[in-house]
Amino acid sequence: MSALLASSLPRQDGPAKVTGAARYAADHFAEDMLYGVVVGAPAPAGRLRGVDAAAALEVPGVTHVLTHEQMPKLGAPPVPPASSVRVPLQDDEIRYEGEPIAIVLAETLEAAEYAASLVEADVESGPFTPHPHGDRADAEVPRESGYLSGATDAEHGDVAQALAAAPVHHEATYVQPSRHHNPMEPSATLAEWRDGTLTMVDATQWAYGVRAVMCAVFGIAPERVRVRSPHTGGAFGCKGLVWPHQIIAAAAAQVAGRPVRIALTRAQMYSIVPYQPQMVQTVTLAASDDGRLVAIEHESINLTSVSDDFVEYATMASQTTYAASAIRVRQRVQRANVNLGTAMRAPLEGCGLWALGSAVNELAAQLQIDPVELRLANYADVHPFTGQPWSSKKLRECYEQGAQAFGWRRRPSEPERDGRWLVGQGMADCAMGTIRFASTAQVRLHADGRAVIRSGTQDIGTGIATILTQLVCGVLGFEPGVVSCEIGDTELPEAGPTFGSSSTMGVGAAVMAAAQDALAKLRERSAQELSDAPGAGALTAAMRSAGIDELIGVGSFTPQDSPYAMNTFGAIFLEIGFDPELGIVRLRRAVGRYSVGRIVNPRTATSQMLGGIVWGWGKATMEASRQDERLGRWLSKNLAGVALPVNADIPSNIDVAFIDEVDEYASPIGGKGLGELGATGVDAAVADAVFHATGRRIRELPITPDKLV
Amino acid sequence: MSAPQFADHVDLRLRVNGVVRALDRIDARVSLLDLLREHLELTGAKKGCNHGECGACTVLLDGHRVNGCMVLAAAADGREVVTVEGLASDGQLHAVQRAFIEHDAFQCGFCTPGQVISAVACISEGHATEEREIREWMSGNICRCSSYPQIVEAVKAAAAAENNPPPR
Repeated sequence: MSALLASSLPRQDGPAKVTGAARYAADHFAEDMLYGVVVGAPAPAGRLRGVDAAAALEVPGVTHVLTHEQMPKLGAPPVPPASSVRVPLQDDEIRYEGEPIAIVLAETLEAAEYAASLVEADVESGPFTPHPHGDRADAEVPRESGYLSGATDAEHGDVAQALAAAPVHHEATYVQPSRHHNPMEPSATLAEWRDGTLTMVDATQWAYGVRAVMCAVFGIAPERVRVRSPHTGGAFGCKGLVWPHQIIAAAAAQVAGRPVRIALTRAQMYSIVPYQPQMVQTVTLAASDDGRLVAIEHESINLTSVSDDFVEYATMASQTTYAASAIRVRQRVQRANVNLGTAMRAPLEGCGLWALGSAVNELAAQLQIDPVELRLANYADVHPFTGQPWSSKKLRECYEQGAQAFGWRRRPSEPERDGRWLVGQGMADCAMGTIRFASTAQVRLHADGRAVIRSGTQDIGTGIATILTQLVCGVLGFEPGVVSCEIGDTELPEAGPTFGSSSTMGVGAAVMAAAQDALAKLRERSAQELSDAPGAGALTAAMRSAGIDELIGVGSFTPQDSPYAMNTFGAIFLEIGFDPELGIVRLRRAVGRYSVGRIVNPRTATSQMLGGIVWGWGKATMEASRQDERLGRWLSKNLAGVALPVNADIPSNIDVAFIDEVDEYASPIGGKGLGELGATGVDAAVADAVFHATGRRIRELPITPDKLV
Repeated sequence: MSAPQFADHVDLRLRVNGVVRALDRIDARVSLLDLLREHLELTGAKKGCNHGECGACTVLLDGHRVNGCMVLAAAADGREVVTVEGLASDGQLHAVQRAFIEHDAFQCGFCTPGQVISAVACISEGHATEEREIREWMSGNICRCSSYPQIVEAVKAAAAAENNPPPR
């Protein structure tokens, strides 16, 4: 392996991204292209009696107004990769406000937008179930609609008996609101049919998933669909599955016989694409007097739509984090006339640790035990629920190094004052499951000394092209300048989705194997003894001597069942300032230490962790998407009415680092995923810091001034 | 002063990235952002919200940073526009662009054209003398990947490089 592994190679797509040369979906054009603007339902439930498109069609430049009556009948796609069993523009039913009821096509964007405002929908409004209020009302057992990836109810040990016998208890309910992903790039799709073949340029985390859905809805073979996704402008989960606009763009292009480009408005990013649904979590802890947990009970209820039961497995946190001998978890859903939610940075433990981490911090306060000590007393040396050994886990080191860097042991029992600010400190666990997807890749060697990586994975900003380049350089001994990377296209070898912090393991392992395969083939065909990482000079000499112009190495990664449980771990320590007069909470500094296996690129990895901590801060103190319960619609569908962290909210004093570690079992890379881990635990740490500063426990996010003054 | 004239379409002449562009019969509703993106195919400036809330469309208009989505193209007639595509010269990246790469000040890259232009203006306005000031004056540009600390570092480094240019 060359020194390039674990080097901080700058982002390979950096020059393209700082010059505007990097093209995202809405930056693409097609000859004779029409602009499409989606018209959404004005009511959350009911029936569409009809659509008066006369005025819209009179606008110069408008070519079509398409409703369910003009759309082709489409097939039922699999969920996932489709987000919903409900295919858009197929019937007159309305199940949520903003649900697409028509699309306007026009020669110019201005004409399409203006005409969309003239489309008159005649709606027979029906009764609707509004967004729930943060209580348990009408919670139901989820049905299978493609989202049941695990049991809804599970128990390890005898929770009832442990609860009854334990001397110490803590029970509380923790609420996190619905909140949107708000990537900077609104979802966009350019769809074009030519000779029965559909080509799409799409903002997606899963180009092959888009292809599978298009094959199903149009009843065509995979070779008749090509999906390109050169760059995706942030996603965080909302571009993981296929949402209505992608299907509408392809269908509208088919009807019009011309390419159609749809770029959702920011408002439509609230009502057509998903969000992380509200969760109401109740955690019951039972412990001995010295703080050893004997039972954890965890129920999580998440909002879902009336059409599909999306389940966010927040209770996963209670199965993986602390070594309690009895654990019981329960997942429920509350259905409402809302658009469907989905996974968002960070799902699973990212949701569940808000409740569990807060509960453990409250137990620590109740028992007057330091939160780090309480965690060490309940350290899970094996997977608490299954008893499996971990593939690797260096959480003790995270606690130790994080506490030291932060100065945790010097945490004063009473908050200190800094001018008008009361200073509070808190900590919590970070954790995330390890999700692995199958991937394939090619590495093509050229006799002129270049290598080309080919993989159908997606760039969503994690730095995948840079990491793949490093891996190939490591195997071949190349310099990065001669390695290029082709990604984001279903013409390239199939790769898994870019979500679940999975790409370095899956795509990275496939690319590394492809480079090794290329090297092995060259050894065989040239009959030369090439060393490991032989370098471009030796490789090209061998290729020329064997008369080879181009050599294709292929590689794949298939996750195997493992006797080991795989997770990533970490500890976050942070300090807030609280202004008692205004109720404002500000982040002053943070320290994160993480156990994620081998780090391929410390620079991009650090950026992901910093971003995750900012995400956690936004969740803890700012972000919430509210519904107007009378109208059944999102209250603010814009970036002005929904608070998000901006530069002035974030201090520079955020210190993140990784424990030196190699996970030999998760993937041949030695590393695991880390895109989501940084966003976990921050909420519980902030709530504990707020308690430290104010003496008040806030159990409903976000922790805004109105809850503190 | 002549009386204002109302028209559905306007003829425009403006200098974009140093080149005079003449555009005839542009719909009067077209924003500067859409003019750049849809008519000139300069897609560097991005449409993140179309409401002046995110800063992804930031461009320089007569040297000042503006949200391209909040300016009508007609209002840019006769003026000078610089987009992210116009910053590099002779194949050399601008100091701000180099600093963004060096400090890893972006991830997905979608907000980056606006951040880079905003940073150029932030420095020329004299708002890049200390970290706290940079954070405040770069807050019109949202980065959802949240590379904020790295953006501050990049702006600081680029400002320092401009004040102390390397010896030639």
